[in-house]
Amino acid sequence: MTKLTAAIVGPGNIGTDLMYKLLRSDVIEPRWMIGVDPESPGLDRAREKGLEASAEGVDWLLKQDELPDFIFEATSAYVHREYAPRYAEAGIRAVDLTPAAVGPACIPAVNGDEHAGAENVNMITCGGQATIPMVAAVSRVTPVSYAEIVASVASLSAGPGTRQNIDEFTRTTSRGVETIGGAEQGKAIIILNPAEPPMIMRDTIFCAVAPDADREAIADSVHRMVASVQDYVPGYRLLQEPQFDDPSPATRGATKVSIFLEVEGAGDFLPPYSGNLDIMTAAATRAGEGMARFALEGARA
Amino acid sequence: MSIAGAPELNKLSRTWSDELDIRLTDTCLRDGSHHKRHQFTGEEVRSIIAALDEAGVPVLEVTHGDGLGGSSFNYGFSKTPEQELIKIAAETAKRAKIAFLMLPGVGTKDDIREAQGNGGSICRIATHCTEADTSEQHFGLARELGLETVGFLMMSHTQPPEVLAQQARIMVDAGCQCVYVVDSAGALILEGVSDRVAALVAEIGDEATVGFHGHENLDLGCGNTVMAVRAGATQIDGSVRRFGAGAGNTPLDAFVGVADKLGWRTGVDFLKILDASEDVVRPAMPEECRLDRMTMMMGYAGVYSSFLKHAGNAADRYGVSGARILAEAGRRKLIGGQEDQLIDIALMLQREQEG
Repeated sequence: MTKLTAAIVGPGNIGTDLMYKLLRSDVIEPRWMIGVDPESPGLDRAREKGLEASAEGVDWLLKQDELPDFIFEATSAYVHREYAPRYAEAGIRAVDLTPAAVGPACIPAVNGDEHAGAENVNMITCGGQATIPMVAAVSRVTPVSYAEIVASVASLSAGPGTRQNIDEFTRTTSRGVETIGGAEQGKAIIILNPAEPPMIMRDTIFCAVAPDADREAIADSVHRMVASVQDYVPGYRLLQEPQFDDPSPATRGATKVSIFLEVEGAGDFLPPYSGNLDIMTAAATRAGEGMARFALEGARA
Repeated sequence: MSIAGAPELNKLSRTWSDELDIRLTDTCLRDGSHHKRHQFTGEEVRSIIAALDEAGVPVLEVTHGDGLGGSSFNYGFSKTPEQELIKIAAETAKRAKIAFLMLPGVGTKDDIREAQGNGGSICRIATHCTEADTSEQHFGLARELGLETVGFLMMSHTQPPEVLAQQARIMVDAGCQCVYVVDSAGALILEGVSDRVAALVAEIGDEATVGFHGHENLDLGCGNTVMAVRAGATQIDGSVRRFGAGAGNTPLDAFVGVADKLGWRTGVDFLKILDASEDVVRPAMPEECRLDRMTMMMGYAGVYSSFLKHAGNAADRYGVSGARILAEAGRRKLIGGQEDQLIDIALMLQREQEG
């Protein structure tokens, strides 16, 4: 099958892990790795894998005779906001792993198909990728008046970008819980836990639903959604059966649905405990593949 | 006057009157929110603030137990919105400053702005004691807004003094004016407190003050606090009648008496605070804060004090031992904020029990 080409911008941990995933893709060929620091070990790793690597930044990439079909942005929101218009101008579609939110938000298991034709898609946050599918699983069965997610990740897996802008995580994730998860009101909480050995990412999702909501249908929908996410994140696991708490003052009169998850990474490049990073690169790969298939099929038609 | 054994204080870094040797903060209306399951009414806040202000407590903290934005399934919903309570407190206090707490990852900068708009003037920002760099943007904003700032290094028992000192340095460089050693689990024992406080004083003492926040889980609140002051802590937290998480906080009323006996000026009238404790605070408490199987296990296993009620709920809901939930929380090295995991633990224990 013909493959479309991709450049990964940002040769750090995320970019490198993403490269290993894209190397296995049957519709995308990662051909370039772009950084700004010649000393970056990510550039050397990319060369070893046969990619063309440059430390001269996106400006270098955009001057080449052959341009990629896709850019996977693994830098920062600031960089992506600056360059996104230039990618678009050059006809390059973008999968954005930063919180820049230039394009529509994409959770492959929930709304992947909707944005297969988009010029730019945003992968929200790691916590969003892990938890929004569960909110959507509940809201496709019954209205969710309020959903709250708690993401706990190993301190070692939270980089300076997350740390210095932790408000952006809570804001972006809670917005995604509403717009894609389908909750009327969303809230997000993130905890960085320094335990040794590092903890595997854990996520808890609480949804408020009507007292007469069909519990069996909700549990069934949750299981099906877990399977959909497992399709691209094999380490995505339900730790307990969904729990239902009867309405009480403590639940503000709603039935409380609680869903407990663990996300273990595939260990492509990043350590398995950092499921929060793995789910980002896995989701970005899946989103990019959807966009590539859509384009290839369009071309054939 | 100087405190025997304590290092000379740098007056320049103090944000309060020279007439006090140590500055006390009461946290009944914040840490006590856990014990109260976040059910404070406006009337209770008004009467407690009025009584403690009248007794001379210089700083009174009011917020959901888990800080701004804490009202949630995970931590418990507030009966009265915390911003409303902060506003009532600020309108009621004649002399005391009103402080509020925020945890990066739970609350946001917008919450800080709103709390200031409602009359809060001291912004206390808490992180787990290895994660100080998540607070930089919030300290930056708070200083920009002209708020007085305090940093909380939670679960300080989990790290050695030198690590805490480095983390305190990060907060001070970001704009924090006082860093607290926070014994969230009530697990520190005497020299464990003074060694940590001394390390902070050595690192940041020229630029900021050092504080101590103790819990009673191993019955050492006042003793630990005396150790902290002798090591150079000048800001001290407590709750009248221990009204707080776990077995409660350092009893502020008792500590005022201890300070009087030791000749440390706190500005608080001992008789008035005893009256406030008995006549105003006690009636607002669902029950006294107690040393019992659950709370002692928290101190022993090093578990975040506000897990108490949540572990109790999960134990009742799933018919398992609350003390075992707490012991497992300690084994898993859970930190503040991970209340959700207590339910996961209870379900695991239930399976073991049935299996």
